[in-house]
Amino acid sequence: MKMNKCLSGNEAVAYALKQINPDVMGAFPITPSTEIPEYFAQYVANGEVNTEYVTVESEHSSMSVCIAAQAAGARSVCATSSCGLALMYELLYVAASCRLPITLACVTRALSGPININHDYSDSMGARDTGWIQLYAENNQEAYDNMLMAMPIGEDPGVRLPVMACMDGFITSHAVENIELLETDVVRKFVGEYNPENYLLKKENPLAVGPYDVSAYYMEHKVQEAMAMRAAKARVLEVAEEFAKISGRRYGLFEAYRMEDAELALVIMGSSAGTAKAAVDQLREDGVKAGLVKIRVFRPFPGEELARALAHTKAVAVMDKSEGFSANGGPLFADTCSALYNLRERPHVIDIVYGLGGRDLTTESVEKVFRRLESIAATGELGPVYTHLGHRSKEETA
Amino acid sequence: MIRAKDINETTPWQDLTPGGEIYEPGTARYFNTGNWRTNTPVFHEQACKHCMLCVPYCPDSSIPVKKGKRLDFDYLHCKGCGICEAVCPFQAITMVAGGGAHENE
Repeated sequence: MKMNKCLSGNEAVAYALKQINPDVMGAFPITPSTEIPEYFAQYVANGEVNTEYVTVESEHSSMSVCIAAQAAGARSVCATSSCGLALMYELLYVAASCRLPITLACVTRALSGPININHDYSDSMGARDTGWIQLYAENNQEAYDNMLMAMPIGEDPGVRLPVMACMDGFITSHAVENIELLETDVVRKFVGEYNPENYLLKKENPLAVGPYDVSAYYMEHKVQEAMAMRAAKARVLEVAEEFAKISGRRYGLFEAYRMEDAELALVIMGSSAGTAKAAVDQLREDGVKAGLVKIRVFRPFPGEELARALAHTKAVAVMDKSEGFSANGGPLFADTCSALYNLRERPHVIDIVYGLGGRDLTTESVEKVFRRLESIAATGELGPVYTHLGHRSKEETA
Repeated sequence: MIRAKDINETTPWQDLTPGGEIYEPGTARYFNTGNWRTNTPVFHEQACKHCMLCVPYCPDSSIPVKKGKRLDFDYLHCKGCGICEAVCPFQAITMVAGGGAHENE
């Protein structure tokens, strides 16, 4: 029997973790993810989970706890945001390169400075090269569902990579929505037990994890990791297929919204996709062939699949909710362009950096972007390739 | 399970352990790490009283002991730190410049 409940994104993720009942949580608070370890501490105190709840002095330590515990053979989880993720940076690489499938709830938030607690992807985008699988949720339901799928993806012996289940700070983490929960025994059966082949507490054979790698071996181990990330793509789809059977909700690498005959398209992530879908619907009513692709799996990046989804369009705007300071567009733009480049015929592509530090995205501003795409498609004149949206300027923007 | 002895510098990535995990103890003895050495201890057997003070001080377990006697250095693993020379009460160890192995004198 499915249950409907009104939960915030944080509560939904904490509830998913309670249902999973992991072995260890490395807990350290930071806005806006604080509620996750906070709710979870109550579950621990109430005896609703058997989790070893380790309170630490920093995020560097919370991730270190997870690494050590996971290497020991325990399923480990963590939650963080923004500067907390930045403080984990070194350990994120260690977790991935030691092939420890830790699960991290990343409640995305702008990075300092200037200090800001609101949403953008500057934290998770900064961690995009760490070797972590990254899933992004549009709403509370997806945040809950992604958390349930994270472990079956990461712990697969052909993958063995840590998973970052990301949701938008405040917009998703603190907004309360009516969502559908699965029963705990269904969740436990779906997620299963964590049974690594080798782990530190296995008495039959002593194990060394993360030994020094000389040049004669380092590159081979990095190729292994790269191949695991590549293999993760098929695993994500396999798990989504299984998940559909128990939930009735279908997930892919991305969601193609009204893309069948779309001529103008956005590539977008997270909660902004909800706003953009409303704008697409409005434009469709006005006869504009608009659509969007919402990236769910950013690592591994679904390059070939995205290229196929966008191949028939005339103009595409990539919506980057982080400023990569490359002076050449944001991270989503770079990956989208490299995915499209080898197509024989490809759409014009522009990059729009928007929503930094919680700056609101409205349906009107999305429509403005589509109007620009309309003119690019009609004239073939690209104009500025990389611009910002929604900031005050003396010049005309979009 | 992949054993350390089956891995070497020609092993393709497919045959290495995930993340370089090692599934057995004591594998460091297979690797020559003594080639980092820039100074080398020389053992003077006739001066040695086999007091064994040098043995626990050696950070790299490079002083083998057999039947109560210390043997010559394990130059495959000695890093030439010179601690053994400093702790030897009988001047039975002297450091010389260079990384080459020395027969005991």
